[in-house]
Amino acid sequence: MPDTLVALYVFVLACFIGYYVIWGVTPSLHTPLVALTNAISGIVIVGALLVTGLDEVGTTAEIMGFFAVLLASINVFGGFLVTNRMLAMFKKDKKKQ
Amino acid sequence: MELSVNAQAIAYLISAILFILALKGLTHPSTARRGNYLGMAGMALAIGATLLGAEVQSYGFIIAGVVAGAVIGSVLAARIQMTAMPQLVAALHSFVGMAAVLVAIGTFINKQAADALNPVLMGELSAGVIIGAITFTGSVIAFGKLQGIISGKPVKFSGQHQLNAIIALVTLGLGIHFAMTGSVWSLALMTLLAFVIGVTLIIPIGGADMPVIVSMLNSYSGWAAAATGFTLGNNLLIIVGALVGFSGAILSFIMCRAMNRSIINVVFGGFGGETGGGESAAATAHEKGVKSASVEDAVYWMEDANRVIIIPGYGMAVAQAQHALKELMELLEAKGVEVKFGVHPVAGRMPGHMNVLLAEADIPYDHVQEMDEINPDFPSTDVVLVVGANDVVNPAAKSDSSSPIYGMPILEAGKARNVYFLKRSMRPGYSGVDNLLFYQDNCSLVFGDAKETIEGMVTALKGGGH
Repeated sequence: MPDTLVALYVFVLACFIGYYVIWGVTPSLHTPLVALTNAISGIVIVGALLVTGLDEVGTTAEIMGFFAVLLASINVFGGFLVTNRMLAMFKKDKKKQ
Repeated sequence: MELSVNAQAIAYLISAILFILALKGLTHPSTARRGNYLGMAGMALAIGATLLGAEVQSYGFIIAGVVAGAVIGSVLAARIQMTAMPQLVAALHSFVGMAAVLVAIGTFINKQAADALNPVLMGELSAGVIIGAITFTGSVIAFGKLQGIISGKPVKFSGQHQLNAIIALVTLGLGIHFAMTGSVWSLALMTLLAFVIGVTLIIPIGGADMPVIVSMLNSYSGWAAAATGFTLGNNLLIIVGALVGFSGAILSFIMCRAMNRSIINVVFGGFGGETGGGESAAATAHEKGVKSASVEDAVYWMEDANRVIIIPGYGMAVAQAQHALKELMELLEAKGVEVKFGVHPVAGRMPGHMNVLLAEADIPYDHVQEMDEINPDFPSTDVVLVVGANDVVNPAAKSDSSSPIYGMPILEAGKARNVYFLKRSMRPGYSGVDNLLFYQDNCSLVFGDAKETIEGMVTALKGGGH
């Protein structure tokens, strides 16, 4: 099976996982969900690292890669930290326990 | 140490599992933080495995980019106000989009230098560039609208959709031409036009449809990551892209369902916008036969109530009234009143916005209920306090088939014994529809700034001299 088809298999199956996992998320956490998905879509940083870190990379590609690394890292750090900050605010009523 | 290709693939697989578990953690507030930590672990593993792999050899630019990004991201995350969360999210979506474009073009340059281009790869590259570019400019426009830099009004002109369709077709054509020939000009023009589509796609959408737009761009940022994964033959990016893409798509669907509109209608409908108006509120109200009440009237009924339900809307966020509401809740609970909050799915400017603002004010999450959960409670509720919400409690959605909001599920506040509607003026909600609840006998309007009104209630309750 060619690589592109394998990738398609992975993609379609991951879509199904996404579908079932996301429907399980409680509506009260939809804002943290958006922030968390923001953070994990920072995974494009992997692509940015591969472009920038290539041994015989040219200057143009290297500069593009640098900006991609920069933007994706803002996503990764900003996304996870702001999600953490929000989730820390969700508390149960202590009086009822 | 250098990681073998197989070891790297295993690391990516573990990372993907950690991301799935991270999202799964959001099933309940009690497991959510642990989920977020799992997500962080997954990301650290993915980045570590990539850096240790054979393909990454030069580190100077990488370290500079990561350090700068870490500083900017951390400062943003620490400083951002919870009311401004939709703007932050829009900004972050635009970064993912732009990063995807840069990675695709950078990959093209690298592969061209290595003479390793082929039509399939270039087709995947085109997809990455187009989706990434649309995500970028679309998110920039959404950010501008949310921040108030660009007017929230829908920008419409005749032939708009035809024009968009033509640009989209030309972009697609250029993408195919690029894949077949590798023409740099096709790539450049395609990228440019994709940036234009992002703008023309979002400008016709009204400020009030932002919950859908934020979700939709969330979805796009995921598909952009997935397209990058196809280009690089990287399964981790494909998996994460699919997860994020579906997350945004499902949120868009939930938001649209809560407005009884289709996604097509939101994207092409250009609904709503901010209407002006500044006539004397009380005078207009009187003219229309609407009752107005004082803070004391509302407090009188609330302190003897068995149950009070508070319905927050975007107006609460604008007035920053959530902290005053928390104080009101505590004073009422001290008098033995049960206080609950009812949240409509589209209240605010992004999904779940109200829940975060209430949590910020230290209101426990088990006091906050969703629409379906709380609707059966209204008939047995003594007082409903509507704070900065409007359309989401409008009975016209149930009774008036000619109303633009007909069919939209609402919070059935009108079924309670008394409804106090905190309002700044008689201005209608974003849909521009008159609220039939105002004319019901059990409803009174309390005019004024939401925060000041609630603080007034708090003072009156503290005075406690009834």
